[in-house]
Amino acid sequence: MSRVPGFGRIDRSRTVTITVDGVPYTGHPGDTVASVLLAHDVHPRTTSVKYGRPRGITGAWTEDPTGLIQVEEPFPEPMLLATTVEATDGLVVRGVNGQGRLAEVADTARYDRRHHHCDVLVVGAGPAGLVAARAAARRGESVVLVDDRADPGGTLTGTETIDGEPSPAFVADVVAELADQPEVTHLQRTTAFGHYDDGFVLALERRGDSVDGYGLRTRQRVHRIRASRVVVAAGAIERPVVIEDGDRPGVVLASAARDLLHRHGVLVGREVVVFTTNDSAYAAALDLHEAGAGVRVLDARDEAPRGWARACAERGVAVTPAATVRGTRGEERITAAVTGDGTEIPCDLLLLSGGWTPAAHLVSHVGGALTYDETLGAFVFGEPVAGVEVIGAANGTLALADVLREAGGAGAPHAPAEDDGAPPRVLWRTEGDPARQFVDVARDATVADIARAVGAGLTHPEHVKRYTTIGTAHDQGRTSGMLAIGILAELTGRPVAAMRPTTFRPPFVPVAFAALAGRERGDLFDPVRTTPLHAWHVAAGAEFEDVGQWKRARHYPRAGEDMTAAVLRECAAVRTSVGIMDASTLGTIDVRGPDAPVLLDRLYTNMMSSLKVGRVRYGVMCGNDGMVRDDGTVLRLAENRYLVTTTTGNAAAVLDSMEEWLQTEWTDLRVRLTSVTDHWSIAAVAGPRSRDVIGAVFGDLDVSNDAFGFMTWQDTVLDGTPVRVARISFSGELAFEVSVASGYASAVWARLLAAGQAYGITPYGTETMHVLRAEKGYPIIGQDTDGTVSPHDLGMSWAVSAKKDDFVGKRSYTRPENRNPLRKQLVSLLPTDAATKLPEGSQIVGFCADGRLPAPPVPMLGHVTSSYHSAELARPFALALVKGGRDRVGEVVHVPVEGELVPALIGSSVLVDPEGARRDG
Amino acid sequence: MADLPVPTLPWAHPLESRRARLEDVSAVRQELSAPVAAVDLRLDPAGAGPAAVAAVVGGPLPERPDTWTALPAGLALRLGPDEWLLTSSRARPEDWEFGVDEAALAHGGSAVDVSAQRTSLRLRGQRARDLLASCCALDLRPASFPRGRCAQTLLGQSAVLLVAHDTDDLQLFVRTSFAGYVADLLVDAAHDF
Repeated sequence: MSRVPGFGRIDRSRTVTITVDGVPYTGHPGDTVASVLLAHDVHPRTTSVKYGRPRGITGAWTEDPTGLIQVEEPFPEPMLLATTVEATDGLVVRGVNGQGRLAEVADTARYDRRHHHCDVLVVGAGPAGLVAARAAARRGESVVLVDDRADPGGTLTGTETIDGEPSPAFVADVVAELADQPEVTHLQRTTAFGHYDDGFVLALERRGDSVDGYGLRTRQRVHRIRASRVVVAAGAIERPVVIEDGDRPGVVLASAARDLLHRHGVLVGREVVVFTTNDSAYAAALDLHEAGAGVRVLDARDEAPRGWARACAERGVAVTPAATVRGTRGEERITAAVTGDGTEIPCDLLLLSGGWTPAAHLVSHVGGALTYDETLGAFVFGEPVAGVEVIGAANGTLALADVLREAGGAGAPHAPAEDDGAPPRVLWRTEGDPARQFVDVARDATVADIARAVGAGLTHPEHVKRYTTIGTAHDQGRTSGMLAIGILAELTGRPVAAMRPTTFRPPFVPVAFAALAGRERGDLFDPVRTTPLHAWHVAAGAEFEDVGQWKRARHYPRAGEDMTAAVLRECAAVRTSVGIMDASTLGTIDVRGPDAPVLLDRLYTNMMSSLKVGRVRYGVMCGNDGMVRDDGTVLRLAENRYLVTTTTGNAAAVLDSMEEWLQTEWTDLRVRLTSVTDHWSIAAVAGPRSRDVIGAVFGDLDVSNDAFGFMTWQDTVLDGTPVRVARISFSGELAFEVSVASGYASAVWARLLAAGQAYGITPYGTETMHVLRAEKGYPIIGQDTDGTVSPHDLGMSWAVSAKKDDFVGKRSYTRPENRNPLRKQLVSLLPTDAATKLPEGSQIVGFCADGRLPAPPVPMLGHVTSSYHSAELARPFALALVKGGRDRVGEVVHVPVEGELVPALIGSSVLVDPEGARRDG
Repeated sequence: MADLPVPTLPWAHPLESRRARLEDVSAVRQELSAPVAAVDLRLDPAGAGPAAVAAVVGGPLPERPDTWTALPAGLALRLGPDEWLLTSSRARPEDWEFGVDEAALAHGGSAVDVSAQRTSLRLRGQRARDLLASCCALDLRPASFPRGRCAQTLLGQSAVLLVAHDTDDLQLFVRTSFAGYVADLLVDAAHDF
């Protein structure tokens, strides 16, 4: 065991058991998978992606490029870092060999999101962030403070003194003060992973897997934070020095060893060599020594810093200045460090510190320019970005006393200054074999790879990144990116300051898609729109289909019926007696104003200004290209008022397009549009007995053909509630559409059903409606058309006005292609065997006399757009778009269906009641 | 239409089937609002129109978009530069449309009955705003969205009209067909409260 008494903030009174690579290990609350393993002197069994070299744990947090694990329990998640996964009872993980594995079962956990608005967002609850958040709160500002670790305090180890008290007490005081402020939201375990324009930051909160309440508590939450000011106090990340075989397990960042000791009480090695280019590693050396390790420090600088050297001497830690480490020895683990002069120092741990790189990711996300700091050997926040502040180590300010001053201004807390320090030496790598000098350990990319990139003529860091893949792993090159630029500068003989670092992009840490999806899954994935009659449809056993966002009743199967049988029964009912359908999903737009007739004349291909009040007209809308976009009916309610219906799926698009014309092109027209789709509920009552039903329910209405003609509407009243009835038919049968304010839809529907009982009134769904309209050759926009079909192609030249000066699409009709007699036209297809239902989408070819499909390419004549069984015709039939189709009426063509050629007769598109005799009942 | 009898036809709330589930949420009280007459008023805000309509509806129309004023038995909500939603819990929808329309028409405006276009939920409780913040990107802090404010925005993926009555008292109007989705979304969001 490498657990050291007296160190660490874990809860030793309780234990947790995790399983790694099949072996159970005990740890304590506060541990990570990495700290549990290291406490047991174990490294996870992972190997590098390209060369299969053994890999251990190098860091202590998200900077770790190596310790990847696969979580298996409680829920499979790939490619997580052992250093960031908290050890919880029952956790099962294994080391990853190159690639992880996604879960094959649905995730039952909950994910959600929350929106925040605040004056200040502080990212990072280390000393800088805490002080900045407190200062803002004291000014009365609303604050959101996020920090990615389990506890606040950042890199404070607990050994520091702030305002005369131990740092943990200081942290506790600040946290308590913030907790008292209602305007402060403080979130730990929350990683700000993306920073976007105008102070918008996304952060992921890990709320934990509760074993008992799994599926109840939200596991992860995405916080969407909009802040007037963003303070980045995200700290800095230590980087190693590139040495030969520096990827060997047992080579660890000095800061990580110190963090593991103070956070988890884990001593990562007993015989320790520290190789540093700066002062910060001395603290690690002394702490590990105090915890019982034998420690030697090799300092790359000509002179060791006097204050630290003195402290080391007092405690018996050997310090050698002007010394380097060239490489390592060992098999699975390090056994010795090789110094620059070739001496081998036996050790089980080599700590590296090559300096500190500010965590400038959140600045880079919003395009903040970074400039090179020669002293630090790192890029720092350069030109100011409006609304963004960078403080503390993230700004290159490393000493605690300076950090506090920078974050707190005049009233800043005080920490004693470190005396007799020395500036760092900027050193990217030591002498050695470039092919064994790993720069990005996660990507198995070496100095030789960078040299190869340079040899290939690539000199910009962005190019070298893509050539070598350095910085593209899960860690985004936290520890390797700066080294790669430094080494590239060396190899190309240019100053680092002349380099432009690669741009960091969100997310800062990997984020599960489940978290981004949040609660938008299952029934909440997309809004489900329902009509007021939905519950009735459900109770009546309807099968539903999705039309846009709507759920529409497709058919109402009875016991033992499949869809074909149900639809045949429903069709027969409408053709022989009466049926009723919920048409409330139709888009409805109220068009008001003195210029309403002008607007509609311009938007529809046919004339709407000549429509008389009290009458209804079918209309077709086209795009600029003259192709059909939508169709529907238009009711003229008054001289200056129309009610326009659109297809269900196009309601919003049609309204938007009408508004666009009004607001951008025809601003002089005095017209106002109001969507009333949800206001009106519409029941379509169709069939020869529909007049009886309507007459019975609406006693005030004279429903005789003379008094209530086809394509007219009338207002009436039912028990004090206004109702509008229109004679509109989409089946060719005598039919009425009954409109009422949607709150009364159920009541009206019930009355219609009761009155229709005597005639066996049959509810019918959209599938039946489709068959009935197809029998009449009425196209469905979007099914029989695809944006390339003109009204003429549909056989609706009658709906295109020749009188109007202009309307949307008119000019396109003079294009030669629109007059091409070989354009595809809507016709019917009757399979000559009167038995085959042609699959929709089937291609149509010319008749093949020998009954065999010729060798490709076979000229295509068109395709089947709609195909059904017809109760009325007692046979299957189809609608199709066929080249020059109307001239081919009477011709037999072939339709290849599953390897067979099915002969089919082309006919006019109207198959049932071509004379229109049934319209008036 | 003034001599129509009082309607006796049964009226159904679009969220009736979800009433129990909404009432089950303890953190935030979610009540189905009673139906009101509502018109969508379109009118030039610059002329004498707003005053003429105000005289008919019994209260001034809000002068700034995204705010509301109280009418004797309803709300006047300003939805846009030339658009208001006027509600009344006393008037019959057809009368409400007729009266407002008549006043607006003289000033080049118009009113359309949209009483059944939307339905409404009232959210009360200290966490009402938190609940909305789980589905709505708008700044709903009491200081930014105090009593008197309203806003057309998205709740999840559905358009809604939010109305602030008080710090702990908000109302949302939603199109009838989207109401079930919005109710389900809120009940689901309250899960972890």
